Amino acid sequence: MSTASVEGPSEPQLGVGAALIEAALSPVRGIFSYIGEHALLLWLALAALFRKPFRLRLFLEQMEFVGVGSLTIIVLVGFFSGAVSAQQAIAALRIFNQERFVGATVGLSLAQELAPVFTALMIAARAGSGMATELGSMRITEQIDALTTFAVDPVQYLITPRIVATVLMMPIMTMVFNIVGLFGAYLYAIFLEHIDLGQFIEQFTYWTDPKDYIIGAVKSAVFGVTLSVAACYQGFNVRGGAKEVGLATTQAVVAGSVSVLVSDYFLIDIFHILWPYKS
Amino acid sequence: MTAPPSGSGDFSKRDERWQIRVRGLQKTFGPQHVLRGVDLDIERGRTNIVIGGSGQGKSVLMKHLMGLLKPDAGQIWVDGEDIVPLGTQQMGRLRRKFGMVFQYAALFDSMNVVENIAFPLIERYHLSRGEIMERVRDLLKRLDLAGVTGIEEKFPPQLSGGQRKRVGLARALIDRPEILLYDEPTTGLDPVAAKNVDEMISRTADDFGVTSVVISHDMASTFRIGDRISMLAGGKIIVSGTSEEVLASRLPELREFVETSGVAAAAAGAHP
Ligand SMILES: Nc1ncnc2c1ncn2[C@@H]1O[C@H](COP(=O)(O)OP(=O)(O)O)[C@@H](O)[C@H]1O
Ligand SMILES: [Mg+2]
Repeated sequence: MSTASVEGPSEPQLGVGAALIEAALSPVRGIFSYIGEHALLLWLALAALFRKPFRLRLFLEQMEFVGVGSLTIIVLVGFFSGAVSAQQAIAALRIFNQERFVGATVGLSLAQELAPVFTALMIAARAGSGMATELGSMRITEQIDALTTFAVDPVQYLITPRIVATVLMMPIMTMVFNIVGLFGAYLYAIFLEHIDLGQFIEQFTYWTDPKDYIIGAVKSAVFGVTLSVAACYQGFNVRGGAKEVGLATTQAVVAGSVSVLVSDYFLIDIFHILWPYKS
Repeated sequence: MTAPPSGSGDFSKRDERWQIRVRGLQKTFGPQHVLRGVDLDIERGRTNIVIGGSGQGKSVLMKHLMGLLKPDAGQIWVDGEDIVPLGTQQMGRLRRKFGMVFQYAALFDSMNVVENIAFPLIERYHLSRGEIMERVRDLLKRLDLAGVTGIEEKFPPQLSGGQRKRVGLARALIDRPEILLYDEPTTGLDPVAAKNVDEMISRTADDFGVTSVVISHDMASTFRIGDRISMLAGGKIIVSGTSEEVLASRLPELREFVETSGVAAAAAGAHP
């Protein structure tokens, strides 16, 4: 027998202070190992991208799943977000008698903030949950083991296409959100608030530039990484049965959404250091 | 003899009789010590059965045989090759010797029957579509699936439990393995379907001359098809031998297992 089983009695006795420090540190350690495991999965998935074989079909399938699958909800949410933003902006701008700025206000907040974040939250809810469910049920029904028996790397086969597809689709879906959102704002402003169309467009084009959309696209791609890694990690590591798959699905949406909002905070800081607002 | 194999001779040469040899295999998951020193020999060209209660680690043991899990301690030789230290590449080569039929078939949900069966060929070789279809259809016929209308385009959820098992077997067989591993092939099937699957296992063993390793807790089926029976209990193989030898064993764990499954009659029937 190995010596591994003789450690019970010699368990070190912690003092109260040490126990408190331990209790305070363990969530921190938990967070770091949590981030570490996600980073490892991302690293393995990216490394696998540059190894043969390259299975184009799997990437296209996932792009379709992420894009086409989430299109309806993004159009719906985009339209109403745009309209609501216009409503809020007009209410605020009216105080200063400056309603004509509504095109610029809505355009800017959509481009840099609302479109990337809302799109990411929608995709985390729609595609992320789907990925976690699918991978989790593949895990518990041993389909992932089956892949391994045929000398197929499950990370390369299952995870890489999902991450890459999400990263590629996120900026596209964000652009869709922008366009539909502006359209919603335009309809509200022009038809319900009778803002002058020429001013709406003039202010919009004066105050927004491609830079705002590039920032939005970069942010959305980063969100694509964090939400898809969270979803794949939850699904891929399911142990147990159907109940655990359900749990993993919920976790994927929660972790994905939190990762989007947390990384958003840091990205805003970074971008505003790189490119301060126009004044 | 009914004693489990033991000792640690030189297993690094291919042995005519024993294709797989396992010695001192240990595996822990967290606090759970599942395998506590498994010694097991698998006989070439025969149907080797491993019985044991559920949760005893039968599936874990089987996954070690083709390197899906790495042991904490112990060794496994396949045709004289120590497989535990093998890297990804060499493990891929070794795994071509094996075909595995999973407990619930583990068919890929995203693929139809033909794509499932052809998967190992598509992943491993560059064969023409014609060649692949020829081999797929040949297997469908041999496994009595060719008669099912529209079988080729069906997806796994549209198949019955017995059909899924057969498709899983076809996928395991298509690259002509030397060793077939079956994880509880009759669990979840009604008695008639279970008997059919038993027949399919025996027929496959005869037709393809493969070595079969079958995990089971179905005693009736075990005595129907087994050439060699081993019992896993408490993380070890506690008894191993032909069905007559194993039935004659006085070990309490085995007696209890045989009696609770009420199989004495079935066993007698299998050996007139
Ligand atoms: N990958 C794993 N991670 C953690 N525990 C596992 C894993 N695989 C199996 N186990 C545990 O090992 C024990 C034996 O499992 P298994 O081999 O499936 O039993 P059975 O004999 O029914 O096939 C079970 O308690 C199971 O929970
Ligand atoms: Mg099992």
